[in-house]
Amino acid sequence: MSNGNGLIPSRLHGADVFRTASVGLRTRKLRAALSALGIMIGIAAMVGVLGLSESSKSDLLAQLDRLGTNLLTVQAGAGIGIGSGELPAEAAGMISRIGPVEQTSTISSVNANVYKSDYVPEGQTGGITVQAVDVNLLDTLAGSMADGKFLDEATATYPAAVLGSVAAERLGIREVTGTQQIWLGDQWFTVIGILNEFELNPDLDRAALIGLATAEDYLDHETVPTSILVRVDPDYVDDVTAVLPATANPQNPEEVEVARPSDALEAKEAADDAFTALFLGLGAVALLVGGVGIANVMVISVLERRAEIGLRRALGATKRHVAVQFLGEALLLSAVGGVGGVALGWGVTSIYAGIRGWNTLIPPIAIAGGIAAALVIGAIAGLYPAIRAARLSPTEALRSA
Amino acid sequence: MTSTLTGGSATPEAAADVVLSLSGVTKEYPTIPPVRALRGVDISVTDGELVGVVGPSGSGKSTLLHIMGTLDRPSAGEVAVAGYNINDLSDKDLSALRARHIGFVFQQFHLLSGYTALDNVADGLLYTGRSVTTRRELAEIALRRVGLGHRLSHVATKLSGGERQRVAVARALVGTPSIVLADEPTGNLDSKNSDAIIDLIRQINDEGVTFVVITHNREIAEAFPRTAGLRDGSIEYDTGVRM
Repeated sequence: MSNGNGLIPSRLHGADVFRTASVGLRTRKLRAALSALGIMIGIAAMVGVLGLSESSKSDLLAQLDRLGTNLLTVQAGAGIGIGSGELPAEAAGMISRIGPVEQTSTISSVNANVYKSDYVPEGQTGGITVQAVDVNLLDTLAGSMADGKFLDEATATYPAAVLGSVAAERLGIREVTGTQQIWLGDQWFTVIGILNEFELNPDLDRAALIGLATAEDYLDHETVPTSILVRVDPDYVDDVTAVLPATANPQNPEEVEVARPSDALEAKEAADDAFTALFLGLGAVALLVGGVGIANVMVISVLERRAEIGLRRALGATKRHVAVQFLGEALLLSAVGGVGGVALGWGVTSIYAGIRGWNTLIPPIAIAGGIAAALVIGAIAGLYPAIRAARLSPTEALRSA
Repeated sequence: MTSTLTGGSATPEAAADVVLSLSGVTKEYPTIPPVRALRGVDISVTDGELVGVVGPSGSGKSTLLHIMGTLDRPSAGEVAVAGYNINDLSDKDLSALRARHIGFVFQQFHLLSGYTALDNVADGLLYTGRSVTTRRELAEIALRRVGLGHRLSHVATKLSGGERQRVAVARALVGTPSIVLADEPTGNLDSKNSDAIIDLIRQINDEGVTFVVITHNREIAEAFPRTAGLRDGSIEYDTGVRM
């Protein structure tokens, strides 16, 4: 390893590069911590945002898995010349004859108001609707009861009502005692159950549900389906969607609207993605500011440590050794910030996910990317100070001390 | 870049025992008006010598030390250290030359504050490519040699001024350089510690280490076997080795 002139070149081992690069961190701990903090916040923001979005997405997928993406709603559309939005009375029967249809459930809007008692003025409806429904509705919508029972074959023929979560709250009913009555369509109905929120059909949260037979017998309601919920074989969702309008209303298929409620959840997620991008941008800005902080600290460090630079040159360090030392220090600072940021982002994500009941999921790309971004920023931030340190003439460096 | 003043090899025989030679060295700083810090300095130091260079402030002492130590290049003239003509060497080569052949002792000690005496001395070998174990072993030997065997693991900031300068001397010696250059080594010390450091330098010189000590203190310089006086950038007198 000797030159043509017999001199053995100066050398710095890899481990010693690390040792010299950490001098500044060890001797000026607080300053190092503060300058790493900037990077840490930026990385934590990015990891946190990606982690939260991934965790919520996994929650959504679990939700969709649970609720199923094979639920379709068939509704009468409204429009110029279409008139009242009603489906033919036979629609449900016809739809259930489509092969891949597993289940249908009819909902029929009843023109009636609900009050806590018959003393409540007529105008104070509380915005609660009355819907006559099939007894299989709970099953079809994958809903659940907060208290009491859903309608069954027996109660669907009596003046019994099941309240949606919002409706129950508005009526001031928190639990089912079996004796509570509500004033529904000028008759007393007994409350037999309170529903949890419907994730796929929030409209029903504001409704009092009664049996189809009850509506006919007690309220003179003529059962005309306003919407029909259809569970289909998941493999044939698109095929069934295509034939549903003509099946539900052969005379006027164009008046039939078919929707897939799970699409709404997915659309909500897409909107969340837009926010994710925004927050990622903010994280990037924080990272940039952190990088400027490191550059600033490194420039000051080079000025303060001129004597050390002079000494190292006297001990045989080449310009390159000095540059590598200061660049290494910037990289070390940013690496500390990057690792700390990933840990912080992870912590924040798992706390938030814990509160929301999600699984904590940090995409590996966020971890690798976060640390890589920190190192790139550190390298850029350290480059100029390192070059300045290397260019400092040894005599000047020693004289200034 | 193979030619050197003494013929391409660093063997002491070939160098005829001259470890440092300056001939016609001039240093001009390109300020307005230009400052001539050194004007044609000729001096040659042979192996094992202890030379005191004395001069008032502004006489060019620091510039001379920097040029002797290859930290700076002369504007004109030739400098050879350990047989290498520095005009033939690149910056990288000069770093290598300093790493292996030149030891420095500074007035301000220049120790790394958070580090132990042992690590400070071991850093004297940092750029030689030796392993950390070897560096520490040699550092311990060097510290014992300067009488600090009991202070190995003391952090530099906890040491007294005299002890710090001993650490600095040990750091200069640890790589067994061809020459040790000391710049006002007693400048920051009280008279008692100052005497102790001068005694240490004499003792180490007796063991065969070549020293050039630059100082403004006539008394110190003139007590050495050879004294050179510097004034206005020129060697005013050189006693040669007193017998």
